[in-house]
Amino acid sequence: MAGHKQDHDFYIPGNSIWPPLSCLGLGLCMFGLLNLLKFSAFTGKALLAVGMIILLVGAGQWFRVLIKEARERGFDTTPKVIDLANRYGMVFFIVSELMFFAGFFAAYFYIYGFNIEWPPANIEVLTIHLPTINTLLLLTSGVTITWSHHALIHGDRDECKKFLMMTWILGVIFLACQMFEYSHAAFGLSSGAYGSTFYMLTGFHGFHVFVGTAMLMVAHYRLKKGDFTEKNHFYYEATAWYWHFVDVVWIGLFLFIYALPA
Amino acid sequence: MSHATTADAHHDHAPTKKGFMHYLTTVNHKDIGLMYLMTSLTFFFIGGLFAMFIRAELMQEGYQLVGQTITLLEFGSFKWDVSFSADFFNQMTAMHATFMIFFAIIPALLGLGNYVVPIMVGSPDMAFPRLNNWSFWILPFAGMLMLGSFLVPGGSNAAGWTIYPPLTSAQYSPGAGIDMWILAVHLAGASSILGAINFIVTIMNMRAPGMTLMKMPLFVWSILITAWLQLIATPVLAGAITMLLTDRNFGTSFFNMAGGGDPVLFQHIFWFYSHPAVYIMILPAFGVISEVIATFSRKPLFGYITMVWAMAGIAILGCVVWAHHMFTVGMDPRAQTAFMFMTMVIAVPTGVKIFNWLATMWGGAIDFTVPMKFATAFVGMFTIGGLSGVMLAAPPIDYAVHDTYFVVAHIHYVLFAGSFLGIMAGVYYWFPKFTGRMYNKKLGNIHFWLTFIFSNLTFFPMHFLGMMGMPRRIPNYHPMYTDLNWLASVSSFALGAAQIILVINFMYSKRKGKPAGDNPWGAETLEWTVSSPPPEHNFLKLPVVK
Repeated sequence: MAGHKQDHDFYIPGNSIWPPLSCLGLGLCMFGLLNLLKFSAFTGKALLAVGMIILLVGAGQWFRVLIKEARERGFDTTPKVIDLANRYGMVFFIVSELMFFAGFFAAYFYIYGFNIEWPPANIEVLTIHLPTINTLLLLTSGVTITWSHHALIHGDRDECKKFLMMTWILGVIFLACQMFEYSHAAFGLSSGAYGSTFYMLTGFHGFHVFVGTAMLMVAHYRLKKGDFTEKNHFYYEATAWYWHFVDVVWIGLFLFIYALPA
Repeated sequence: MSHATTADAHHDHAPTKKGFMHYLTTVNHKDIGLMYLMTSLTFFFIGGLFAMFIRAELMQEGYQLVGQTITLLEFGSFKWDVSFSADFFNQMTAMHATFMIFFAIIPALLGLGNYVVPIMVGSPDMAFPRLNNWSFWILPFAGMLMLGSFLVPGGSNAAGWTIYPPLTSAQYSPGAGIDMWILAVHLAGASSILGAINFIVTIMNMRAPGMTLMKMPLFVWSILITAWLQLIATPVLAGAITMLLTDRNFGTSFFNMAGGGDPVLFQHIFWFYSHPAVYIMILPAFGVISEVIATFSRKPLFGYITMVWAMAGIAILGCVVWAHHMFTVGMDPRAQTAFMFMTMVIAVPTGVKIFNWLATMWGGAIDFTVPMKFATAFVGMFTIGGLSGVMLAAPPIDYAVHDTYFVVAHIHYVLFAGSFLGIMAGVYYWFPKFTGRMYNKKLGNIHFWLTFIFSNLTFFPMHFLGMMGMPRRIPNYHPMYTDLNWLASVSSFALGAAQIILVINFMYSKRKGKPAGDNPWGAETLEWTVSSPPPEHNFLKLPVVK
């Protein structure tokens, strides 16, 4: 590190408008959601749209700056403390996500034990065929992302990109299967506690698959642009961790929501 | 390298006037820490006004304010009337707690942490400075949603800060108040989770050379353990209130008996967050007190290692005792016994801390400065709150005093005499570091004595009222409770007024106080080795701890 006044490797950025702008976007989204639910649907949708645009611009620019800084720093010359901070940060973020799902799983088990009959008699439960295919899809995607990662470590970037693309395509197919399942289910979100737990758990998981797929696409794009090296590819690894986390939550869903009552 | 130049550009130490755009975009942990503290102070006075309303209503038997109409503003033909209903009283009790917990105590402690922790571990800033800015600037939006809920038809949340269904279901609370409460807590929760990640990474990754874990000041330990609690517990609260939001608006049945759900489920998930939240509010205060007592006793802290393990023990046990808030819902007696036992075990590590503080003071050359007075009062008064907590942990006592003023007395001895006095000790202790000037001693002493005397006169009679059976959250009561309520109300007005002295003192001392120098207290931790206020990036050369 060339800093003649700085005797440490920590990175202290200058002032930035993007975090507060993201706050403004998220804040407007919340007011929009409130209007949509309680007051005026039009105002609600308008506020949500404006808030969402501001949030996407703010967060997008924030990430753009992060990528720019990573490139300027040079991937192989990233100081260890910065790499460690990023890794710690991602791990703890996944821990918080895991606890969010733990809350919903706890609610599910409570309701499962609380009801004498589960699934309730009036619920026509979905067959396990499509969920089994979904499980295979996600497990396969876990293999392909690992394959891709190994290719990156061994310097074979073409192989890496190929398997990374397969991974996000599997994610897209998974989401399509989920949508197909939702549209053919005989029960809805408001069909009692079964519908509530089923849709909220699988729905939040689906949202996380969506986010993970988008992250994988960004990783693919960055690989094409020549980012990452064999030794240092934090964003790529963080995406892989996130993808495995989404995978693990699905295994839980498959076992406890689909398989256990059947 | 690019960031070396950015760092150079910001290396001017001349005190320049900073405008709104600076504070909006700042990533400096010291600016953000002070912004947290100022926000907390604002919401502390708002929450305090709500408490004044409650005490005014309860000053005498019968209705004082409920049923009255007060003209706030009259301007020609324009007239702004406010009429107080019993429902408004309920909103006051709910929102007093909400503002104090989510918008006053937690931001104040995190503000102190934000300012002091990076300097204490010898680092130039937090691990993710831009994320730190985000964690702060989402709070104003949460605050606007909370305050805005008073303006919507049906008013704010009137179901207590615990928002138990079925009272908060769409059927019984049809207005937008509960939804606004939920959305605001979502934002505050997101701020809390990301802030916690920032603290953990800062403390684990950015310690100066030689600053091993067991050399960290106890305040840093307390923030580290608190951050873990926030990281583990807050997402669960987000889950609980999301379920309530969808129950109210999208027809789900998590807490709806008719659909196969159970309202008690909400209490379980809610308290899985909210009991650890009590420790989120007290552990950093423990950290502050440990620093203050050691400094002003002129002795190293007694039993440092046991202090660390006691806090870790409190945090771990704190995650498995949530159901003691719900003994009266009709739980399995075996479960009640288990939760009672585990709750009482928490008294052991807490006792370890109390005795360690006493042992630190024992034989020390004690200097009773204002922060030390607050710290000493904390030790005594928090013990009272801790002991009534042990009483409430026993189901037979809990059945008798559940939802009475005894619980109100307990929570105020823990959160006012605990968290608030801890925050005050910290704010007076670090004021010279924040501003470079000393606070006014005379005003500080007056503030302390008025706070100490009137907080006891306000909250101690509530123990008796509770034992006599006075229910909480009710605007009227039997005449036999009048005398003690009158005492509590009058004292609470004096207590509230006394807090204005704090503001006057700091406004005055910030400009006119005596210059403090780098280390006015002769304290040992790293923040006192740098100038007051510290340079932009704290250390021109990273300290090496031996």
